[in-house]
Amino acid sequence: MEWIQQLINGISLGSIYALIALGYTMVYGIIKLINFAHGEVFMIGAFVGFYAIAGWGLGFFPALILSMATCAIFGVLIERIAYRRLRNATRIAALITAIGVSLLIQYTVIYARGAQVEVYPNVLANKKFDIFGVQVSSQSLLILTVSIILMIILQFIVHKTKIGKAMRAVSHDMEAARLMGINVNTTISATFAIGSSLAGAAGVFFGVYYTKIEPLMGVIPGVKAFVAAVLGGIGIIPGAMVGGMLLGIVETIVSAIGLSLWRDAAAFIILILILLFRPSGIFGKNTREKV
Amino acid sequence: MKKVRGFWFFLILSVFVYGIVQFLISAGMLDIYYSNTLIFIGINIILAVSLHLVIGITGQFSIGHAGFLAVGAYISAIITMKLQLPLSLALVAGGIVAALAGLIVGIPTLRLKGDYLAIATLGFAEIIRIIFLNIDYVGGAAGMQVTHLTTWTYTFVCLFITITVITNFTNSRHGRACVSIRENEIAADAMGINTTYYKVIAFTLGSFFAGIAGGLYAHNFYIIQPSNFGFLKSFDILIFVVLGGLGSLSGSVISAIFLTIVSTFLQNYPETRMIIYSLVLVIVMLYRPQGLMGTREITDFFGKWKGSKGGNSDAAKSFTESS
Amino acid sequence: MQQSPLLKVHNVGINFGGLKAVSDFNMEIHQGELIGLIGPNGAGKTTCFNLLTGVYIPTEGDILLEGIRLNGLAPYQVTQRGISRTFQNIRLFNELSVLDNVKVAYHSLAKHSILSSIFRLPTHFSGEKEMEEKSIEFLKIFQLDTFLYEKAKNLPYGMQRRLEIARALAAGPKLLLLDEPAAGMNPQETQELMELIAFIREKFNLTILLIEHDMKLVMGICERIYVLDHGQLIAKGSPNEIRNHPKVIEAYLGEEVVESHVEG
Repeated sequence: MEWIQQLINGISLGSIYALIALGYTMVYGIIKLINFAHGEVFMIGAFVGFYAIAGWGLGFFPALILSMATCAIFGVLIERIAYRRLRNATRIAALITAIGVSLLIQYTVIYARGAQVEVYPNVLANKKFDIFGVQVSSQSLLILTVSIILMIILQFIVHKTKIGKAMRAVSHDMEAARLMGINVNTTISATFAIGSSLAGAAGVFFGVYYTKIEPLMGVIPGVKAFVAAVLGGIGIIPGAMVGGMLLGIVETIVSAIGLSLWRDAAAFIILILILLFRPSGIFGKNTREKV
Repeated sequence: MKKVRGFWFFLILSVFVYGIVQFLISAGMLDIYYSNTLIFIGINIILAVSLHLVIGITGQFSIGHAGFLAVGAYISAIITMKLQLPLSLALVAGGIVAALAGLIVGIPTLRLKGDYLAIATLGFAEIIRIIFLNIDYVGGAAGMQVTHLTTWTYTFVCLFITITVITNFTNSRHGRACVSIRENEIAADAMGINTTYYKVIAFTLGSFFAGIAGGLYAHNFYIIQPSNFGFLKSFDILIFVVLGGLGSLSGSVISAIFLTIVSTFLQNYPETRMIIYSLVLVIVMLYRPQGLMGTREITDFFGKWKGSKGGNSDAAKSFTESS
Repeated sequence: MQQSPLLKVHNVGINFGGLKAVSDFNMEIHQGELIGLIGPNGAGKTTCFNLLTGVYIPTEGDILLEGIRLNGLAPYQVTQRGISRTFQNIRLFNELSVLDNVKVAYHSLAKHSILSSIFRLPTHFSGEKEMEEKSIEFLKIFQLDTFLYEKAKNLPYGMQRRLEIARALAAGPKLLLLDEPAAGMNPQETQELMELIAFIREKFNLTILLIEHDMKLVMGICERIYVLDHGQLIAKGSPNEIRNHPKVIEAYLGEEVVESHVEG
């Protein structure tokens, strides 16, 4: 029975990873950039949620929406200011810029408010349900439910709306999409907005679930979410969801069998195994350079 | 031969620099703060130059160099602190074990390209760090006490060897093979270059010198902890190479010196330091992505040295015009 | 009686995820021949080059160079065994000088080790000197020796093509593969290129296989021509035979071949 409980913990953690991974995968899909600053968007989301709840006394859902909206704007700004100029730059220059932006956000936040840890207010009543002998907390259920709803909305946007169609077109072939009259800049901004708002939601969930937030909190979940994106097949939206869930479950299992100090290594070992044996991920197709 | 003359010039200059600093230290005119800064600059140059070989020369985008620094640091610390052996032996052992680690990491990962290689090296560096975190023998998260043994002489000798070896490697058919991989891997392969072999060689050699730097680094402090060798350390080294100019050895040396001095001044304001660092990094990437020096070397700015590359005067002239 | 061929390609084919890019490809090239490989866009010509040079591993068939099987060798091993190539889209080492571009191709011919270079042993100096002299000598033949220290990327287009051919030749091939050497050239440059190909063939006693779209060039210098369409060999023979071959005319359907057919 304890195993099922661990599994549920794993899925809750995994849904947080999945939400962050979606932003990575969407951005990579469209401009082939590993947006290292994405973990920082997640951190900003957690802090906006914190200030909204603790400072302004907002409830969980208003805070969640505020955080998502702020992160959407923030993500778009990052793209406008730093990444737009890099469209035709080398991959190395783009990657280093992303690292630079990530560091800049981290330390600007530390500079502005210090590095101290904040404790998330207890905004959600945490009841324990007893389902067939398994203890399930209402928080994990809520997080899981809201995450799934967000992912369904995302799928709807990507597949049923005009902007979703434009996003798919641009990620397939940016030049052709431009020639077909798609506004590439708007589409990329929309991608950043959507991906960042999901990271913002993940930030609030993280705060509620793990209660402690700090300015460098985005680094490790950010990298792990990237692992999740690679695991599922980078650029593939359902892949990011499955990858996130899988990673969350694996990490929880590693902790549960008493190897919690190795938990972070597990993600990287998975990453390396995937890169070596199936670099296109679970759902990806193999591509090769044209000679 | 003029090339040989260049080497003698470099040697005399080195002895001169070493001598002056050593004199100032032994005469007590440089206090411990400044001599430590000089040692730190030396270590950072070794790190920058060793990563320059991997990224700048061979074009393999490794962002986990701190992992090999950690291997060198811990192995050398074990040898001096646990086995009570001399530092010189510890440095060599640290380098060799780091080179082995580089070999183990490099053989599987160097098949990957671009972003994927970068992420894989980052992952490996993190795994190395977590391994040290979990070994009680070296103190786990609390770290390991190390005696301060690194001197200016040790640092300078290591620095001299690093620069000489990497310059000699670069200016040979082997270095040219590495550059050809950077320039166009498919064409290099088609010209008969065993690209995997040279990528692994460059990576291993780079790891070796990172390991040596690790030994100096460990014995320049009183304690080493796994947290010293995280992402940030890797990015620090990366910044030296990128700002200096990908492909320019002198560029990475200059930026290592400059940035070490800047960060020493900002030691008490770590956030300011990181904000300046990252701003500079972003601005340089946006407005001058080839870095300070591009692929040029500082010697390229001295006109008379150009003839030293041999050939007739017409050729030398056209070279001058192009650059 | 005929001597055994330099290159023998027997029933070679490759699948990309179920799609047959090339199938049942057969080809024999004898020492000293100049062979053309033509076909409409997407016929699989470059794929054939990639199969011959080890970039792709054939899923069926054999490739034999002087009777030795090349299947499964990496591109650098194929080059070391005697097949070198140029690329459709020029692939020079842009940041390297003209001289260094050629020196890279001489890489496997020099023998000094890494340690010899690091410690600057006498073998390093003699090896490097030999490479340098040979490379300069070589570039003189291609009239590129006035640009020895120019970066490859700064050369005009026609010279870049020439340098790429020079570099491929410096690797010491028995068989040289040229992938659309005249692409993007004006008629005069094409004329010079034809003379150059004829010249190096004479001078180095070389066997050449070339892919080309410029029919005038192919018909003008090739002794035998292979025609590919949809990954399959549809015709082979002398320029005259190819010119009048119904399948070839059909494949091109009003493209250059028909024009040159009318002209010829």
